[in-house]
Amino acid sequence: MNASPIAAGSTVAKRRTPPIIGVLAVQGDFAEHLRMLETLGAEGREVRLPADLDGVDGLILPGGESTAMRKLLDRWDLVKPIKALAKRGAPILGTCAGAILLATKIADGDEPVLSLLDVEVRRNAFGRQLESFETSLVMEGLGNDGRSRTIQAVFIRAPEIVKVGPSARAVATLEDGRIVAARQGRILGIAFHPEITGETGVHRWLVTEALAAAL
Amino acid sequence: MPAPKRAKTSTWATKSGLAQMLKGGVIMDVVNPAEAKIAQEAGAVAVMALERVPFDIRRDGGVARMSDPDMIKGIQAAVSIPVMAKARIGHEIEARILEALDVDYIDESEVLTPADDRYHLNKHGFKVPFLCGCKNLGEALRRINEGAAMMRTKGEAGTGNIVEAVRHIRTVTEEIAALKGQSEKRLRAAAKEMRVPYELVKLTVKAGRLPVVNFVAGGIATPADAALSMWLGADGVFVGSGIFKAENPAKTAAAIVQATTHWKNAAILAEVSAGLGEAMKGIEMRTIPESERLSNRGW
Repeated sequence: MNASPIAAGSTVAKRRTPPIIGVLAVQGDFAEHLRMLETLGAEGREVRLPADLDGVDGLILPGGESTAMRKLLDRWDLVKPIKALAKRGAPILGTCAGAILLATKIADGDEPVLSLLDVEVRRNAFGRQLESFETSLVMEGLGNDGRSRTIQAVFIRAPEIVKVGPSARAVATLEDGRIVAARQGRILGIAFHPEITGETGVHRWLVTEALAAAL
Repeated sequence: MPAPKRAKTSTWATKSGLAQMLKGGVIMDVVNPAEAKIAQEAGAVAVMALERVPFDIRRDGGVARMSDPDMIKGIQAAVSIPVMAKARIGHEIEARILEALDVDYIDESEVLTPADDRYHLNKHGFKVPFLCGCKNLGEALRRINEGAAMMRTKGEAGTGNIVEAVRHIRTVTEEIAALKGQSEKRLRAAAKEMRVPYELVKLTVKAGRLPVVNFVAGGIATPADAALSMWLGADGVFVGSGIFKAENPAKTAAAIVQATTHWKNAAILAEVSAGLGEAMKGIEMRTIPESERLSNRGW
């Protein structure tokens, strides 16, 4: 694992201050995401209220319980400022519950939350906890050159991306063809948890995009 | 559709990982589908399905056992958040039944009447993850060594009195801090005394915390109690009798969820604590003899 700061030696690294990446901290494994950002030399910031989003260059929506996170987003009026952040071109990464928050459609009735990623997701698509699993998969856009790479992925009561709309693109699938990651510009939703396997590629992508967006 | 064929299920990463996803959240005791829905609506990250909340177990006396599978299935059907259930300490078969019911976590719990006075379950032998209670570091590490993928400090369930919960989380924290910077010889002696492998002690000291997610339980009755638990280092909170023994369960539940997220923000705590009606009537510890304290069960 390469723990050196993101994109060292490239032009973006010439910006003097590290990018500030907000991590939604209303509930879930936000501490693990903050730790990943730290290893990459980015500055993480816990986001619980709209004011916490001031000045962030990118945002992570962590794993957690999407129903609980949705209620906390609504209660503290976080939906609008997060959408505004995306509109300004800041990259947003959603893992597991975070990907559910990003989707434009949620199967089986629930209203979408942020509608920033043109996909339909199904919650708990693999079943209950006994069907949580680990596997390796190929993900696009992770290598230093943006090419595909094989990574270890942990799925916990994970969602599945059942449909990818015209604005988004599938970037990772399981061996049986089910889609588990999709990207639309600087919005990336993935059904698994790089933050708990220590797989830095996804966070590296986010930080690189944040630097590019801030230029 | 289940996990893909070549994928590995029930690994340590999936077992401990679910607990990581519950962090910063509230897990609520519920005794029927209607309560489970109220809990989910309030923002609970999981529910604990059981026949009676600890306050009623304490009041009713008798032997407290695993819940009726029909009741657990009814709750699973009613909500989309994880559903946990309790097995008696050392009751291999209750745990196998709960595993067959596809619960998301089994709590090998002192709140139920222990089935074995010598052995806790060998939790490594199960596909389903376990959580267990502890009141000090030794108990926590013994349970983790047996395979528990999540811990909760015990507190004193069903009392609505936070004092034991505070004592237990403080004890765990202080015992880890006391081992920091100690020589290998001292750590080996501590491991021997706690009857756990040296490597587990080393890992804990290095991390400066328990090596699995640790919630606070047993006595949380108000939003302020939940925030206090977080301030003391909890990863999240369990609320049992505190919600459905309160005057206004739905409002109390939602307020406790808000307080667990915003525990650092006193202005928000003041806002969410207001107008909740009466909290559960608590029990003063002095009125509970040692022999009737649930936290003394397990070792």
